[in-house]
Amino acid sequence: MQFIKPDINIDFIGKRNIAFYFSALLIFVSLISLLVKGGPQYGIDFAGGTLIQIKFASPVEVADVKSGLERAGVGFSSVQQFGDPGDHEFLIRADEAVSDGEDAARQISDALQAASGERGEVRRVEMVGPQVGQDLREKALLAMFFALLFITIYISGRFELKWMVSGVMAGALMLAVYLLKLFHLSIPVLMLAALIITLILFWFLELRYAMGAIAALIHDVAITVGVFSIFGKEFTLPIVAALLTIIGYSLNDTIIVFDRIRENLRKHHRQRFDFIINRSINETLGRTILTSTTTLIVLVILFVMGGDIIHDFAFALIIGVLIGTYSSVYVASPILLAWHKRRK
Amino acid sequence: MKKLSWRFIAVVVVAVTAVIYVIPTVFPGTWPYKKINLGLDLQGGMHLVLEVDTEKAVEDTIERILQELKTRARSERIRVLGIDLLQRNKIVVAIAEDNAVAQFEALLNSEFKDLRLVSRSQAEDATRFTLDLPDRDSEQIKRFAADQALETIRNRIDQFGVSEPDIRRQGERRILIQLPGIKDTQRAKELIGRTALLEFKLVSEGVDLNAAVGGDVPPGTELLYEVKEDPATNRITRTPYLVQKRALLTGAYLTDARVQIDSQFNEPYVAIEFDKKGGRLFERITEQNVKRRLAIVLDNNIYSAPVIQEKIAGGSARITGNFTTEEARDLAIVLRAGALPAPVTVIEERTVGPSLGSDSIRKGLLSICIGGALVILFMVVYYRLSGIIADTALLLNIVLIAAGLAGFKATLTLPGIAGIILTIGMAVDANVLIFERVREELRLGKTLRAAVEAGYDRASLTILDANVTTLIAALVLFQFGTGPVKGFAVTLSLGVLASLFTALILTRSIFDYLLVHRKLRSISI
Repeated sequence: MQFIKPDINIDFIGKRNIAFYFSALLIFVSLISLLVKGGPQYGIDFAGGTLIQIKFASPVEVADVKSGLERAGVGFSSVQQFGDPGDHEFLIRADEAVSDGEDAARQISDALQAASGERGEVRRVEMVGPQVGQDLREKALLAMFFALLFITIYISGRFELKWMVSGVMAGALMLAVYLLKLFHLSIPVLMLAALIITLILFWFLELRYAMGAIAALIHDVAITVGVFSIFGKEFTLPIVAALLTIIGYSLNDTIIVFDRIRENLRKHHRQRFDFIINRSINETLGRTILTSTTTLIVLVILFVMGGDIIHDFAFALIIGVLIGTYSSVYVASPILLAWHKRRK
Repeated sequence: MKKLSWRFIAVVVVAVTAVIYVIPTVFPGTWPYKKINLGLDLQGGMHLVLEVDTEKAVEDTIERILQELKTRARSERIRVLGIDLLQRNKIVVAIAEDNAVAQFEALLNSEFKDLRLVSRSQAEDATRFTLDLPDRDSEQIKRFAADQALETIRNRIDQFGVSEPDIRRQGERRILIQLPGIKDTQRAKELIGRTALLEFKLVSEGVDLNAAVGGDVPPGTELLYEVKEDPATNRITRTPYLVQKRALLTGAYLTDARVQIDSQFNEPYVAIEFDKKGGRLFERITEQNVKRRLAIVLDNNIYSAPVIQEKIAGGSARITGNFTTEEARDLAIVLRAGALPAPVTVIEERTVGPSLGSDSIRKGLLSICIGGALVILFMVVYYRLSGIIADTALLLNIVLIAAGLAGFKATLTLPGIAGIILTIGMAVDANVLIFERVREELRLGKTLRAAVEAGYDRASLTILDANVTTLIAALVLFQFGTGPVKGFAVTLSLGVLASLFTALILTRSIFDYLLVHRKLRSISI
C-alpha cells in the first residue's frame, strides 16, 4: 500500500510566500494573545501557589464548592472542574503558597463537608513556594537555550562540517549567559537577547543549515506557546518537557529533509536550488506523512484516554507535531533557499 | 555468513538480558533483581523540599556569644554601659571609662579572638565596638547547620519507618525528601519540620506577671506560654510564665527518650535520660532550686512547669502533658534524633493520594496497549510482511525500555509512560525511513538483496542524525528537570536508543535471515 505515488511532484517551494504570510499570521496572533493575557498562563510550578485536586462521590457544582470555601473563609483564587463531568473532580487553586499544603487540604475538606455534607477525597496536593517557582522558570528557559545551542553545534557540524566555528560560538554564548546570570539579570530578558545574538551570529558565520533549523524550532515553540495562551491552558513543568520533545521531533523532521537536500545537491548539482528542494521534499513526503500519522495516532489515544493529568501534555505534543512537520517544509527550507539566492 | 552471525548474536544477547530484567516486574519474586521503580505520581506519596534557615543558625551563635560576653564582662568586673544585638547578627558594646575599654580589649584578645571588629567609634559619651563573625566562620556555621539538619531529618525519618525514603541535599541549604506510599502525610510533615529544641528554664519568682504580659519584661527573662487544650470542652487555655532566658539544660544532653504509660492516670508520658554530664547538671539544678518551678520548654512552648520537690540524681526525668500515644511517640522520636540546628520551612510540597496513582497507571497502560495495537495494525496493513518485521522491532523496543528502567534503577513516572507511548509512534520512523529507501532502490531496478542493503546503508546515517537530536533534547531535559520530567527524559532516551538498536540491527538480521538463509525471492514491502 502506498499513500504517496513515487512520481509525485507538488510544488511546495512555489507556495512559500503564502506559507510565510500564514506563519507570520500565526506568530502574530500568538504574540497578541500573550501580550493581552500578560504572558503565558503559568501553573503553580512557575508562579508558585497551591493546588488541590478533590473528588466527590456524588454530583457537586462548582458554585457550591466556591461558596463552601468562601463561607469557611478559606482563601482560593480559582475553582475549576477537572476531567469529565462524571468524575465530580475539581481543581482548587490558591495563589499563595501555604506553608502546610496538607493542612490547607484538610481545611478545605472540612469546609466543603460543612457546606455540602460531602467530604471530598483529596487526590493530590501541590504547593510551590515563590522562590522555587522562579527557580523552575529559570531552569526551563536555560534548558531550552542549551538544547538549541547543542543542536546548533550538531547540525553545523554534520551538514556544513563547521564543528569548530559553531562549537566556539556556542561555548562563548554559554559562558556569556553564565557570567551574566551571576549579575542577577532577569533570565527571560537574557534568554531573548541571547537568542537574537545567536541568530545574528548565524547570519555572519554563514551557518545556514543551523539557521534554518533553529528558526523552524523557534517558530514551532512560539506558536505552541501561543496556542496554549489562546486556549487559556496552563504552563506547567510537563508542558516544558513537551516543548523540548517538540524541538526534538521537529528537528528530526527537518534533518530528514535537509539530508535529502544535501544528497540531491550532489546528484543534481546542475539544477536550480528550488527544484532540488522541491524534489527532496517530495521524495521524503511518504515518510513524513507516515511517521506523522503513527505519532498522531498514539498522541490522540493519549489525549483521549490518558487521563486528565496528561491531557494538556498530549495537546501540546499534537500541536507540536503538526506545526513541526509544517515548519520543516515552509520555514527551514525557504531559509536555505534565501541563503542560496543571497550567495548568487 | 559472518555478518549475519554477529548481528544475530547481539540481538539474542540483548533480548535475553532485557527479558531477565523485566521479569521481576511482571512476576515479582522470581529472582532478586529489582522491580521497576514507580514515581510518586504513580504509587502515591509525598515529595517535600525543605529550606534550612541557615541565617538563623548564625544569629543563634551570635546571641550565644553575646551572652558569654556579658557573663565574662561581669565576672571580670568590666564596667560596661551595654552589650546589645544589632541587626540580629552584630554585637555592639558601649563602654564609658577608658580603663574599662582597655580591659575589654584585653578580654577580646584573650578569649574572643574569633570575633571580627567591624568598627570602633569614639563618641562623647562612650566608645562603641561593633563585632561580628568573620565570613569564613559564618559560612562554616551555615554549612554545618545544613549538614546537621539533613542528618537529623534522616534520623527522624528512619525512626518513623517509611519504606525506601529518598532524602538528599539540593543545593546549599535545601533538602529534598521523597516518601513513597506514605499514608499519614500530616504526621510525617510535623515530624520532619519540628525544630524540637528542648530547653529547661527556671521560672522567675516574685514578678508581676500582668506587667510582663503588658509588655514590661524584666531583662534576662522572657514570656512564654503553656498552651493546653481541654479535651472535654475543646477550649484552649494559654497560661503565661515568666522564665529566665538562659536555658540551664538543653536536649543536647539527652541519650534516650521513651514513651511510657503512667500507671496512676493511664496517660502516656515521655521518659528521658541524660548523659553523665547532663545528669550531673540536672542534679545540681534541682539541688540548688528546690521549691522553684522548672519549665520544660519545647520550641518556645512550655510543656509543663513542675515544682522541683527535691534534688534529682540519676539523670532521668519525665515530660508530661496531655499527649495521645501518637504524640508522645513522635515527641520521643524527635528528642532521640535531636533538635534541628535551625528552623526549616517547606518550600515545595507535592502529595499524590494512592487512588490517583493507581488511576494514572491504569490509564497509562491502557493508552500504551491501544496505541501500540493501532500502530502495529497500521504497519501490517501498509507494509505487510515488512510491517510485521517492524512490529517485532516495536515490541522488543518496549521490552528494552522496561529492562532499561529496571536495570538503571530509573523511576517510571506518568510523563514517563507518555514518553513510552511517544516512542512507539516515533520508533516506527526509523523503520519507515529504511523501508521507503528500499522501495526506492527496488524501483531503480536493484535485486531485492541489493535493494535492502542499499536501503539500510543510505538510511542509517539519516536515522542516526535524526535520533541524536532527539537524544540531545532528552539529555538536556534530564539535566534540568526534576521528578516527573526527569522520568520522561529517561524513557525518551531509552526509547531512542532502543529504537536505534532494533531498527538498525534487529530488523536487519531478520531481513538477512529471510533473504540469505531462507533465500526468499520477494518480500512485501
